[in-house]
Amino acid sequence: MADKITIGELHLSGCTGCLVTLADNYEGLFKLLDDYAELVYALTLVDVRHVPEMDVCLVEGSCCLNDEISVEELKEARAKSAVLVAYGACAAYGNITRFCRGGQWNQPGQEAFVPISEVVDVDLYLPSCPPCPQAIRNIAVMAYLLLKGNDEQKQLATAYLKPLMQLAQRGNEACGCDLMYDVINQGLCMGCGTCAGTCPVRAITMEYGKPNVNRDLCIKCGACYSQCPRSWFNFDVMNNYEGIIDAINGAMK
Amino acid sequence: MDVLGNYKSVISARSADKDIQKKAQDGGIVTTLFAYALEEGIIDGAIVAGPSDEPWKPKPMVVTTKEELLAAAGTRYTISPNLQLIKEATRSYGLDRVGIVGTPCQVQATRKCQLYPIGMRDVDDKIALVLGIYCMENLSYQALEAIVEDHCNQKMESVKKMDIGKGKFTVYTERGAVSQMPLKYIHKYVQPGCHVCLDYVANLADISTGSVGSPDGWSTVFVRSNKGNAVWDGAMAAGLFETKDMADVKPGLDLVKKLATEKITKNQKHVDERKSFGLKSDGTPKALRNPYETP
Repeated sequence: MADKITIGELHLSGCTGCLVTLADNYEGLFKLLDDYAELVYALTLVDVRHVPEMDVCLVEGSCCLNDEISVEELKEARAKSAVLVAYGACAAYGNITRFCRGGQWNQPGQEAFVPISEVVDVDLYLPSCPPCPQAIRNIAVMAYLLLKGNDEQKQLATAYLKPLMQLAQRGNEACGCDLMYDVINQGLCMGCGTCAGTCPVRAITMEYGKPNVNRDLCIKCGACYSQCPRSWFNFDVMNNYEGIIDAINGAMK
Repeated sequence: MDVLGNYKSVISARSADKDIQKKAQDGGIVTTLFAYALEEGIIDGAIVAGPSDEPWKPKPMVVTTKEELLAAAGTRYTISPNLQLIKEATRSYGLDRVGIVGTPCQVQATRKCQLYPIGMRDVDDKIALVLGIYCMENLSYQALEAIVEDHCNQKMESVKKMDIGKGKFTVYTERGAVSQMPLKYIHKYVQPGCHVCLDYVANLADISTGSVGSPDGWSTVFVRSNKGNAVWDGAMAAGLFETKDMADVKPGLDLVKKLATEKITKNQKHVDERKSFGLKSDGTPKALRNPYETP
């Protein structure tokens, strides 16, 4: 269908959990593929061997600097995509691959793994390990509205995607420490507990109303900071939460 | 958006249930609505601020019965990180329809989890009813201790009820004593993160409620979303509330609006002042971070 956007997934040093997350939209994935997006590239699902032109490229995994093909494919994906998304915590922040240090057979020299923004410009982040099926669904719908919608829909999609694009500008280091540096130390924490709720490894507890991070448990996924309502809170979008939820549900019917 | 947020109706109300009236901070709106929603299957559990092993220190908990709801009734003027259970409620608790009550910031956090679920898989459509309570500011537990034990000279464990109103922080003890602290002394105890808050009456809740505007024992209720409207209409039809027209009660909506305006104006000023908090080498201002503009 001509009016679909084209979407692909480039799999670098990731675990395929991000792609599973996309599939965990269940029939929602079929709806996305029926009406909104043509999946033009994804080695797990599609028999296309080389990186094609794409409207949206989801990159899963970090980039191993010691693996020539990874670096080349990432640069090729950047050159051939309108919008490059760091899909999941490894691509955005390095996540568990931050702890890689080489010395394992049979490529002991593969020791340097970086978030993809060390190698290419990234337009949008979707942090967390794993990311949410609902979040990637929302982003896919909004990307479609941005590229194929009317003016009003474009405006909505732009507003919705803006903080995720700003997140990509903010940097590629993530840790439970973000809660200290950019929330508590900044005088912004109000003790809601969202960070503790979102952490995938239960590294955060709330002690007398403030987060306490067990930094040796933290895998550096960036979920706590991104989900914190004091990292960003865009009133223009949030005040319209009812309308946006209805719009997304409507699009997925 | 108006300082009071979008709403379909505003009513002065109190629970018709005498058990709830006895335990409630004001009109018992939250307890009654959750009890009704549990009974009707609108929710199958609610995240509330329950009691903990320290006096007046709330503990977020998932409750599924009216008895547990009653045990959580009443205001505790210190932080209860209710959102820490929002994902867990859909996991080990196995809830499909989650109710949550919170202050304006916690309601905001809930909506962010729904619109931008980052590490919150399968949470967004399981949020079934969000009740908000008005909040001017909050206190750390240590701040609350200082107010009750030093300013009011009462032991935390002997206190039966705490209340903020008419310019005073009031403490009622089990044995009948009443102690007060003028609210003007509260400033240094306020949680710093509250100074950037631009929401007084939980604008993003399905239904929000608080004491201001209504007489003692009554609450002022804003019915906001379509979902909130359906639940409120159902509870009214079931005869769960006594109500008065907001126009007929004193001090009424004007006071709510006045306090909301004061809070938002004061805190917006604080947000703006953060933009020029520091100094760069070229003489221009250096800003602290503004969550309303960029991450």
